[in-house]
Amino acid sequence: MKPFTYERAASPAEAAAAAARMPGAKFIAGGTNLLDLMKLQIEAPAHLIDVNGLALDRIEPTPEGGLRVGALVRNTDLAADERIRRDYGVLSRALLAGASGQLRNKATTAGNLLQRTRCPYFYDTDQPCNKRQPGSGCAAIGGFSRQLAVIGHSEACIATHPSDMAVAMRALDAAVETVKPDGTARSIPIAEFHRLPGDTPQIETVLEQGELITAVVLPPPSGGRHFYRKVRDRASYAFALVSVAAVVQRDGTGRVALGGVAHKPWRVEAAEAELPRGASPAMQAILADARPTRENAFKVTLAERALSAVLAEARG
Amino acid sequence: MKFDTPATTNPIDRMKVVGQPIDRIDGRLKTTGQAPYAYEQNDAVRDPAYGYVIGAAIAKGRITGMDLRAARAAPGVLAIVTAENAGPLGKGDMNTARLLGGPEVDHYHQAIAVVVAETFEQARDAAQRVRVDYAPAGGAFDLAAARDTAKEVDQSASSVGDFEGAFAAAAVQLDATYTTPDQSHAMMEPHASIAAWQGDRLVVWTSNQMINWSAGDLAKTLKLPKEKVRLISPFIGGGFGGKLFLRSDAVMAALGSRAAKRPVKVALQRPLMMNNTTHRPATIQRIRIGAAPDGRIGAIAHESWSGDLPGGGPETAVDQTRLLYAGANRLTQLRLAVLDLPEGNAMRAPGEAPGLMALEIAMDEMAEKLGMDPVQFRIVNDTQVDPNDPDRPFSQRQLVKCLQLGAERFGWDQRNPRPGQSRQGRWLTGMGMASAFRNNLVMKSAARLRLDSRGEVTVETDMTDIGTGSYTIIAQTAAEMMGVPIDKVTVRLGDSSFPVSAGSGGQWGANSSTAGVYAACMKLREAVARKLGFNSADAVFAEGQVRSGNRGATLAEAAGPDGIVVEDILEYGDLSKRFQQSTFGAHFVEVAVDAATGEARVRRMLAVCAAGRILNPKTARSQVIGAMTMGVGAALMEELALDKRRGFFVNHDLAGYEVPVHADIPHQEVIFLDEADPISSPMKAKGVGELGLCGVGAAIANAIHNATGVRVRDYPITLDKYLDRLPEAV
Amino acid sequence: MSKVSFSVNGEVRDLELDTRTTLLDALREHLHLTGTKKGCDHGQCGACTVIVDGRRINACLSLAVMHEGDAITTVEGLGSPENLHPMQAAFIKHDGFQCGYCTPGQICSSVAVLEEIKAGIPSHVTADLTAASQVTPEEIRERMSGNICRCGAYSNILDAITEVAERQA
Repeated sequence: MKPFTYERAASPAEAAAAAARMPGAKFIAGGTNLLDLMKLQIEAPAHLIDVNGLALDRIEPTPEGGLRVGALVRNTDLAADERIRRDYGVLSRALLAGASGQLRNKATTAGNLLQRTRCPYFYDTDQPCNKRQPGSGCAAIGGFSRQLAVIGHSEACIATHPSDMAVAMRALDAAVETVKPDGTARSIPIAEFHRLPGDTPQIETVLEQGELITAVVLPPPSGGRHFYRKVRDRASYAFALVSVAAVVQRDGTGRVALGGVAHKPWRVEAAEAELPRGASPAMQAILADARPTRENAFKVTLAERALSAVLAEARG
Repeated sequence: MKFDTPATTNPIDRMKVVGQPIDRIDGRLKTTGQAPYAYEQNDAVRDPAYGYVIGAAIAKGRITGMDLRAARAAPGVLAIVTAENAGPLGKGDMNTARLLGGPEVDHYHQAIAVVVAETFEQARDAAQRVRVDYAPAGGAFDLAAARDTAKEVDQSASSVGDFEGAFAAAAVQLDATYTTPDQSHAMMEPHASIAAWQGDRLVVWTSNQMINWSAGDLAKTLKLPKEKVRLISPFIGGGFGGKLFLRSDAVMAALGSRAAKRPVKVALQRPLMMNNTTHRPATIQRIRIGAAPDGRIGAIAHESWSGDLPGGGPETAVDQTRLLYAGANRLTQLRLAVLDLPEGNAMRAPGEAPGLMALEIAMDEMAEKLGMDPVQFRIVNDTQVDPNDPDRPFSQRQLVKCLQLGAERFGWDQRNPRPGQSRQGRWLTGMGMASAFRNNLVMKSAARLRLDSRGEVTVETDMTDIGTGSYTIIAQTAAEMMGVPIDKVTVRLGDSSFPVSAGSGGQWGANSSTAGVYAACMKLREAVARKLGFNSADAVFAEGQVRSGNRGATLAEAAGPDGIVVEDILEYGDLSKRFQQSTFGAHFVEVAVDAATGEARVRRMLAVCAAGRILNPKTARSQVIGAMTMGVGAALMEELALDKRRGFFVNHDLAGYEVPVHADIPHQEVIFLDEADPISSPMKAKGVGELGLCGVGAAIANAIHNATGVRVRDYPITLDKYLDRLPEAV
Repeated sequence: MSKVSFSVNGEVRDLELDTRTTLLDALREHLHLTGTKKGCDHGQCGACTVIVDGRRINACLSLAVMHEGDAITTVEGLGSPENLHPMQAAFIKHDGFQCGYCTPGQICSSVAVLEEIKAGIPSHVTADLTAASQVTPEEIRERMSGNICRCGAYSNILDAITEVAERQA
């Protein structure tokens, strides 16, 4: 870990401005992924801007009937919020399926979105990785790929996004609100927030240098039954092999997003028309372009079977 | 004291303290954070500097250049030690690869440098500034690919009768191949040491199971006389075989301390551990069993292939198959390939753990072919003598009772023998079982005892407590022998200045180390009697007093103002040659497999163990449930994922290498059969810490088969290996 | 270097630290409170669990300088060998540990878990998200899953926590 300077920011705009001004600056909130990566020198900020004091820790109703979740709302608090539990069960379930109680107490809404991949080759600084060191190659392709992406990947990177929360937010059509260093705010649909790896796997989101997430906005409740089915080898405290976030209406229509299969939460809206016909046609459409490795081909089958179980439960 | 005839009645048989479920005497320290582990010796070591170890970035090849300039110039840096400036180093007898590599690299993450700085943060930062250039070389990394190059291991082959002929003629045959993966000990405390030089003498506080081995190997590595090296290891945060040997933390701390002229503390960073240290090697095992229609085995063969670095050893996965079941025609064989992976070595129940993972699936498969109940199939193949030498009996063998009692207590009769038939909601449920077997090894062990003027007893031995309960059972032994309450006994362990004990390994520690304490106590009893002028043969030690006939005295009086100090060692004769000494058990497991996703979860576990006298049922039970937990890991999730191109274990941290968490483990039942084995030692005890692991994996595998109808022969049994063979999703 | 002041087990501590120092290393290396353990230093094992302002966190993944003004409780603050916390006593009684290295983290987590259930925070295994949380074996196991015990004392730890929960009830 390289030495860094440290400041506590007083307002979102000031934080963003400071981040733009200081080369190599990073925001820190929960720190549960950033510090992990800094210890391995995968992240090496020269300056840390502590945003924990920014009063972005509230969950408030929006005029449209949805909720605005502050960027600093801790995963525990978001999962435990009565309104989230009642109206956005998929989100509460996804959060509770992730990490551990200790980590959820620290990890924030914004930080969860900005988690970096847990690809073991990304984490091993003695191995080439285009995401960690652009142009160095990808050791994961042709290597141990059981956990890695089956769809949307590139010749440069087959990493997956590790978040559970983001998968639920994708199913809910959330939007990410930010403030840029010049003070302008914008709202980014979650579908556009994370990028596929392409030739630049090091660029994971559409955020600009210094741009600070201030909130995630959930649209008004959509009703339906909410499911987050996370499949993993051990029963808890593990990243997903595959996860299915689903909101299913009484008529069998619904929305589905997948975790553990791609560089971003994976959702194909057009495929959802197949949902009333069952898991198999729906998943064939969702993962139509899947190109798994020999080691992770099971994820395609697993996703379909997990969705099948979810739809059965929704019917039952 | 020489133990060469079976034990007769002795003071331990009173079982007033020994055999009681006494709380751990170190419990208050451990639960309040007051037990100082290796890296935490703040009372003993003032102002240490910090070392950070750099591991090789290639599996095999040569370092062509190391640029240390940036690191040397970094703030706080005191020294950097590499092979170039470390001076001549030897290699420990127990080490296969050198603990400081360079310029040749023998395996991935082999230590190649230690950077010492004023603070941990500075040492880590400077280490990350070191640039190393390599000339990588090709290597052999894949056991399956190297299988045909594997050499027969000398003396591993055993053959009785005509296996090939009997197998060919058998009415029912099984010929199946099983694989077990590389596994990591993954103990919670990383390997850690603080080294401090006092002139030409070296003191190292470390985390090590075998103090005497490692003191010797550290001296040898540093080319010092052994008496110049002192190892201190009072608390050890888990070992499981991963801390049997001297490892790089101790060597790098010693070298770093010599270079920095300061005490230096080093803990291996977690992501380095799995490739830097040892692991349980993967195996390929072929098992052939031939039986008559009545289930009697006529032919049994077990062959195993494993790999290790040049000069390393095999995983002895076939040993239990020589002894566990009857059968007139037998064959076992080990083959060892050279692999350029990190060093393979012992992990909890080496040999038997992976061996039974295979053998006990094979037995389940055979029972299925025979149409027999798996418990009954094992019972009809019991033997009370060494099948290789019918004149050599087992000292005790209650396997059948373990199987029968286990089946009864578990409700085995509720199991549907037809697989894939039991369903509860979304879950397919099934039961499985396996025999447990682990040889009982005995090791000579010494102890020093001091009886002081207050009548209190202090035991000193270099024995270690790695969570096994050594502190407690040694205190129980001394209290029983000397007739004092346990709170009048102080136990001091893990210091190479104490008499050499058996150490903690091979599940020999409890029986052997307490037997050593027994010997010293016998000597102390004689010294006390002699001092009082009593006849030691009829002296009774109880309640802090010694009585002989109508005379009596307190231990305090006997000790006098100067106290009494004695030391003795218990050494073994040829009883283990004349008798086969083993421990036995039976594991029963119920699993539930998600019908849609294939996730397997263990619902119930029961172990019945026959392992001699149980010195402390509370700590022994914990050993067994802990081993059962490790068995769940071995069955369902644990695998060091190998990159066969690059020659290293990829998932080298605790997120990637999954071990069981709370949510994976159900309530666990353990039953100990009432047993005392006078052949084993004066304690009449044996080990349980490894027995508890032996067979668990196969019991789970067999339960998954019973639940799903799918047979998986490659561990760990993860859902990707059978998902496409599960019944259609709902 | 940066100054920070927080209270540990009720005592205010003023420290001047490298900004890179984690809360864990501040406790262990600077305050010599070594009850809090470093098992992985990456949030993967739970051995470093401490309670900060009433919430359990991994001390390894938190910078010390980010805890200005916080109230930190470590295992040493829960009880001492002479005056055990009920959870510590229950761990001893049920033999909820072996090597002892994960134990302080398990105990801090256990104490916090019972508070989390009381506070109505749901878990992954809570069947009805809108209902109040219950103390059940399944709930305790799930909530404790961020604390790895390689010695495998889980079944005994559950018994210890259950006993304390029942006594509190």
